[in-house]
Amino acid sequence: MIIDIGYIGYFLLLLGLLNCLLLLTPKLTTGLNFSEEVVLSTSRLHFPILFISFICLIATFIGEDYSLDYVAKNSNSSLPLMYKISAAWAGHEGSMLLWCVVSSFWMFLASVNSKDLPHSLRINFLAIMGLLNLGFLLFVVATSNPFDRNMTVPIDGGDLNPLLQDFGLIIHPPMLYMGYVGLSVVFSFAIACCFENEFKKEWAQWIRPWVLGAWAFLTLGIALGSWWAYYELGWGGWWFWDPVENASFMPWLMSTALIHSVIATGEKGIFKSWTILLSIFTFSLSLLGTFLVRSGILISVHSFASDPSRGIFILLMLFILIGGGLLAYGINSKKFVDDSEVKLFSKEGFFLLNNILLITSTFTILLGTMYPLFLDVLGFEKISVGVPYYNAVFIPLMIPLMLLVGYVPILLSKSVKNKQFIQLLVIFAISVILSFIFSIQSILFFIGVFSVVWIIMNIIFDLSLTYKNSIKFKNRLGMYFAHFGLAIFILGASVSENTKIEKELVIEVGETTKIGSFEYTLEKLNEFKSINYDAIIATVLVSKNQKFITTINPEKRLYHSSESPMTEAGIHARLDRDLYVSLGNMIDDNKWSIRIYDKPLIRFIWIGTIFMIIGSIFSIRFKKRKHLYE
Amino acid sequence: MKKRSVRIYYVTFLLVILGVVLFLFVKTFNDNLLYYRSPTQLVNGNFPENYIFRIGGMVETGSLERIKGTKKVIFYVTDFDNKILVKYDGILPDLFREGQGVVIRGSIEKDYFLAQEVLAKHDETYMPPEVEESLGLSKDSINKTTQSMQP
Repeated sequence: MIIDIGYIGYFLLLLGLLNCLLLLTPKLTTGLNFSEEVVLSTSRLHFPILFISFICLIATFIGEDYSLDYVAKNSNSSLPLMYKISAAWAGHEGSMLLWCVVSSFWMFLASVNSKDLPHSLRINFLAIMGLLNLGFLLFVVATSNPFDRNMTVPIDGGDLNPLLQDFGLIIHPPMLYMGYVGLSVVFSFAIACCFENEFKKEWAQWIRPWVLGAWAFLTLGIALGSWWAYYELGWGGWWFWDPVENASFMPWLMSTALIHSVIATGEKGIFKSWTILLSIFTFSLSLLGTFLVRSGILISVHSFASDPSRGIFILLMLFILIGGGLLAYGINSKKFVDDSEVKLFSKEGFFLLNNILLITSTFTILLGTMYPLFLDVLGFEKISVGVPYYNAVFIPLMIPLMLLVGYVPILLSKSVKNKQFIQLLVIFAISVILSFIFSIQSILFFIGVFSVVWIIMNIIFDLSLTYKNSIKFKNRLGMYFAHFGLAIFILGASVSENTKIEKELVIEVGETTKIGSFEYTLEKLNEFKSINYDAIIATVLVSKNQKFITTINPEKRLYHSSESPMTEAGIHARLDRDLYVSLGNMIDDNKWSIRIYDKPLIRFIWIGTIFMIIGSIFSIRFKKRKHLYE
Repeated sequence: MKKRSVRIYYVTFLLVILGVVLFLFVKTFNDNLLYYRSPTQLVNGNFPENYIFRIGGMVETGSLERIKGTKKVIFYVTDFDNKILVKYDGILPDLFREGQGVVIRGSIEKDYFLAQEVLAKHDETYMPPEVEESLGLSKDSINKTTQSMQP
């Protein structure tokens, strides 16, 4: 090869580092301020440089350049092209480069779209983003360079973990990173605001779409991860309270709180201080998540070979960011004077309650995630926190929150106090009765269904008041969708968790078993050979009252490059229920242990998140910002 | 004076509520902690029946036995000093294999460990740190055997 793409990629990576380092050359004539020209050019050039570098990495995967250590370890020649490309971000080094690319992309967007901000705020904001990018890139170059060379070039590569050879996993990391790193925009902006003399509510309006954007990506990333775990891990769960999941869920809860507080700041000029603080914490939590997942402290599909220097680097960055952020906030917090006082029984008062509940639940999850790690590091005891803890603590905290979600639209309608109260009571009573009919089995089920009915009825009631007023309607469309999505999500989660049927049994070819209202027959077992794996495919006939419904084909695969089998669940997905069959272990030639699950309404979990994302898009799109900048 | 006493009641009320919530919280937290033990600790210690905790170690090579025609299995988990018999009626994870690290949740019954859940990790070359420690291997020797390059 005449031109070595790997070297070009590495060169560009170093060029990006140089580009960011330029930020540190202050404009000497005006004291130690950042130079405007440098900040603007750096913030725009960084993205193209890193993007091309990343393309180079992908090219080395497609070109099977096994002289690169990272390529050799994560790809091999028998891998389908699609997975060769996605392998570029399936391992540690590449995914960290992707993180940097995403970060530079957000900086580019921020640079292009921030012209209407006050000059000094804009420059500081972009400079802080640039410094963050510098930190991330230093991490990649110093500890996780994907362009590192091998001493000896292997003939063929290792393998991409078969679990990751899947469409859901191609798009899950980029989406999640868009969310995580998008929060760095909000963080940088908050810090930049600390250096101004005041915090104008227009600035909160300016940052609002960015918070919503990052939140939408984070939601999508988490939902994709959950969807993948559901169909790929072969045992039908969609949320495990796994520390790695918690690591993404904590910033999600925190940014949900931030969305509400930033709205209040933008509209009324209140919670200014709180919004700044929340921005700092939210991004800190997403970095903490990265630290937990990438340092090798936690064991999961996400953890890589633990290299202590990586963990220490991220930990150091975490300290600088939280420490520096809190310092900047602490010194300047007196500047953030609210424009008016907060009344408890108002929309803003309820936003405050919403924030308290969301922060408390984040804290309980943080405790459950970190406590075992602390004990372990201190050498006391090896423990883990069981799923029942999260259910027992998290769900009760969500109950008052669900009441608030329903009540807020009513409050927005600003009708007469007494009349409003009676309407609310009526809705409450109807919700209780309706949900009681549907869910008498258990109290948790009842609470779930009640929240759903309550939220939807409140939305309908509010719609009936606003649909004639097109501006109001447009302003609230995003909220309606997001809250409706939440209701759909809760419906899916509570119905599927409370009425699911899960059976593990041994079944022989030709045998029929009845589970729930369906009969399942294992008709045959076939062998199948693909490019990079062999498989046994079972054919399971499903019928209801002797009437044929469908066939389900669960698989057991054996990938050539690894020793272990892989389960591919067979799912008959319908809107009202999923019939889920996965092969367990072979007992003998025509006898297998299998799992058969019947999961009503489980699709609603992901449909709900789609509605939430649509809601945030509407909220970004339709809510016009007033032009009040200097 | 009156205003002050109202405030005292208010604060007392809040403190009581907070105390109750905190108590319930700590209790829930403690009730749901799963402790981790190695086979040696099991042999040397006393454990009440029905007490749920986790054990970990290596699945002893050659010890895995299937009860014919059912999904029941028995095998030994060892840390090379001591071993314990594990009984499990369920589907073993894909990465479960003899000679590999495993973490099991369950309880002690008479003279064996009754498994409720068997966990092998997503990654075939990765050793759970708990197991690593149970086996008393140094980090260096583990690093030589595990080139965990996969996510």
